[in-house]
Amino acid sequence: MKANAVNLIEKEWILPGNRTCPGCALSLAYRHTLKALEGQCIVTVPASCATVLHGMYPITAVNVPCVNTPFASTGASATGLVAGLKALGRKGITVLAFAGDGGTHDIGIQSLSGAAERQYDFMYICYDNEGYMNTGNQRSGSTPLGAVSGTTPVLGKQQYQKDMTAIMEAHGLPYVATCSASYPLDLYEKVKKAKTIEGTRFIHIHTPCPPGWIFPFSDTIKFGEMAVETGLVVLYEIEDGIFRLTSASESLARKGGTLQPVREYFKSQGRFKTITEEQIDELQQWVNARWKQCLNRATNL
Amino acid sequence: MHILDGNQAAAIAAKMSRVQVIAAYPITPQTPLTEQLSQYVEEGQLKAEYVAVESEHSAMAVCTSASIVGARTFTATSSHGLAYMHEMLHWAAGARLPIVLACVNRAIGAPWNVLNDQQDSISQRDTGWIQIYCRNNQEILDTVIQAYRIAESVYVPVMVCYDGYILSHTEMPVDIPEQVDVDRYLPPYQPHTTLDPANPKNYNLVTLANPRVGVDGKLCHGYMELRYLLQEALQNSRETILQAGKEFNDIFGRDYASMFWEERNEDAEITIVAMGSLASEAIVAADMLREEGIKVGVLGLRVFRPFPKQDVVQALRKSRLIVVFDKNISYGSEGATCSEIKSALYGTYINAAIRNFIVGLGGRDVKARELAEATKKAISSLKETVTNPDYPEWICQI
Amino acid sequence: MGTRDCNHICDESSPGIGEAGRTGEWRTHLPVIDDKRCTASKLNKPTCFLCWLYCPEAVVTRSIPPTIDLEYCKGCGICAEVCPVQAITMIPEEKNLG
Repeated sequence: MKANAVNLIEKEWILPGNRTCPGCALSLAYRHTLKALEGQCIVTVPASCATVLHGMYPITAVNVPCVNTPFASTGASATGLVAGLKALGRKGITVLAFAGDGGTHDIGIQSLSGAAERQYDFMYICYDNEGYMNTGNQRSGSTPLGAVSGTTPVLGKQQYQKDMTAIMEAHGLPYVATCSASYPLDLYEKVKKAKTIEGTRFIHIHTPCPPGWIFPFSDTIKFGEMAVETGLVVLYEIEDGIFRLTSASESLARKGGTLQPVREYFKSQGRFKTITEEQIDELQQWVNARWKQCLNRATNL
Repeated sequence: MHILDGNQAAAIAAKMSRVQVIAAYPITPQTPLTEQLSQYVEEGQLKAEYVAVESEHSAMAVCTSASIVGARTFTATSSHGLAYMHEMLHWAAGARLPIVLACVNRAIGAPWNVLNDQQDSISQRDTGWIQIYCRNNQEILDTVIQAYRIAESVYVPVMVCYDGYILSHTEMPVDIPEQVDVDRYLPPYQPHTTLDPANPKNYNLVTLANPRVGVDGKLCHGYMELRYLLQEALQNSRETILQAGKEFNDIFGRDYASMFWEERNEDAEITIVAMGSLASEAIVAADMLREEGIKVGVLGLRVFRPFPKQDVVQALRKSRLIVVFDKNISYGSEGATCSEIKSALYGTYINAAIRNFIVGLGGRDVKARELAEATKKAISSLKETVTNPDYPEWICQI
Repeated sequence: MGTRDCNHICDESSPGIGEAGRTGEWRTHLPVIDDKRCTASKLNKPTCFLCWLYCPEAVVTRSIPPTIDLEYCKGCGICAEVCPVQAITMIPEEKNLG
């Protein structure tokens, strides 16, 4: 039976009174990730907003075992956990790497790629708030075109986002998926499915960030939904090479596939204050082309 | 008795220590060690997880996480590889993990050089690792085994250093102990960390500058107190190192209950200080000088961290001249060993002159007669001044 | 009295509520649930519970009616935004104003 708000496991593994910002999508995403794993996991977390969520010594706000690790090393740290558990004959525990876009797309890409190439049996989840948000929003490889940040303060980012999920797909992994914090049930189902699959599994979660993207913190869910409705974020999974659209992206495709124009998404977030008309047009074309590709690839329409 | 090179000796020791997780990245001149270990694992001789990591930084990250889970871990590297994992070396020590690392000493660039000197491990002396240097391949094998005994008692990682090529690729007679004796000497690792969903703990979260009350109402450490504990552990590890060395002798018949090797020093007024294979060469030099009537002794430093200040003071109490040969230099200052010796002697009654020579960088061969010549030069320099020069002399061809 | 009594040799943290203190104090607005509009309350059966599903802080209980732990609710207002029948209103925190 598919999960819904009524039958979803009630137990919580995130404890109230933690340090995340009000309206933090990462917190919501992590909450449901841990529900899907029922807390039977050992998590490794690099320097990131998640570190702050986990708290400050000697108190943690998370009720699962966790190993903090330096920024570049998440994939390797997860590997170490798997290797150690295997050497000690301990089974039945999911090793979960939970990293931001900085620790995944940029400084952490090498250790993630190495771990994936070695096909170690762990789940890697990247929560993507499109910038180094923990340190006040500096641009990352995942910051979108045109977004202002601490290190792109005047001109906005001049490059497109790095498509990390495509990079991970190229490693031949048994399962890669994209999710959004605004669609927690889809996230829950994907993590639950990924839990049963052996090998390196990669899940990318779009997590809107109120202070970083500059919007009211009550609108977190709204912007996540808008991203999917405009096609800027496509919800899909690739299981053993088979591509399927899911959740709102699947419904959108089934209803005729018309995307909302991207303009409003950019105009309503303070970080896009310097985005140009040319960039918006460019992005609209890019989104349309990418959506078409997804529609062609989808095997479940 | 077997004929082994240094890398083989280290590999055998890791195997006999029943390491459970190995993560290593090949780098000259460590590579044959890494290859030998993967051979043992693939043949089934060693039941361990061998992780073919994609970089040295990842090697140490794999080791730290595997160690926190509770596995006995091993890695090895040299030079740039050690430098690449610098951040993780700090992490492993601060996390109090009993990882053992074999550092096959090699020069560091720029410019490129694959041959021996000790700049790599010396550059890491501030990270909080115990550092022990080996004079020969027997010591390599024996020290790796002792390293686990020490590391797992004090929860501080241990770096076993040996000279690249001079030891790593040179064969010499080595006695291989019996596995049953190694098992007697090394009990299984008892981790101080728990990773269990039934009793969740978080390791190495952000700390505050000040102490903070924990969930049980007890005042817990601030960053500074946690770091104090690491220093305290290193200071106190001297006892454990000596004890491990004594018990090694009890089981295997080779005595390691010492922080350094003292040779010919009983009646010496001049002492040569050297580390690694150079300490063996220094004994030959001392003998050469004794043939000329100069009473020279050798202090072959074994444990560099923690630096054995009181032991050194005791050994050098009769010296009027100490000649320190360093295969490293702290640029802008002097050789690291020389600084440590000076620091140990400061404020004591010992009024010796100290002369520092930088030798052997980038694999430059160091002959015993060069050490002897340098010592004689140091002796003559006493006629000009007894004060310590600001900067070391170099034995090279500039 | 020093910190040695905690018996930690490394940075080992244990789970605890309120790690960041009483995060309820961060609020400028607090959520109020109107039981007469809330679908679960009106029908007196488990249904909807979107406020519980979407709360990033896990301070909403999945009960009839849902309740909010005001000790720790940060007042983000997501629950008010996602409620399909607008049963939750964000009202200004008296004591946090001026």
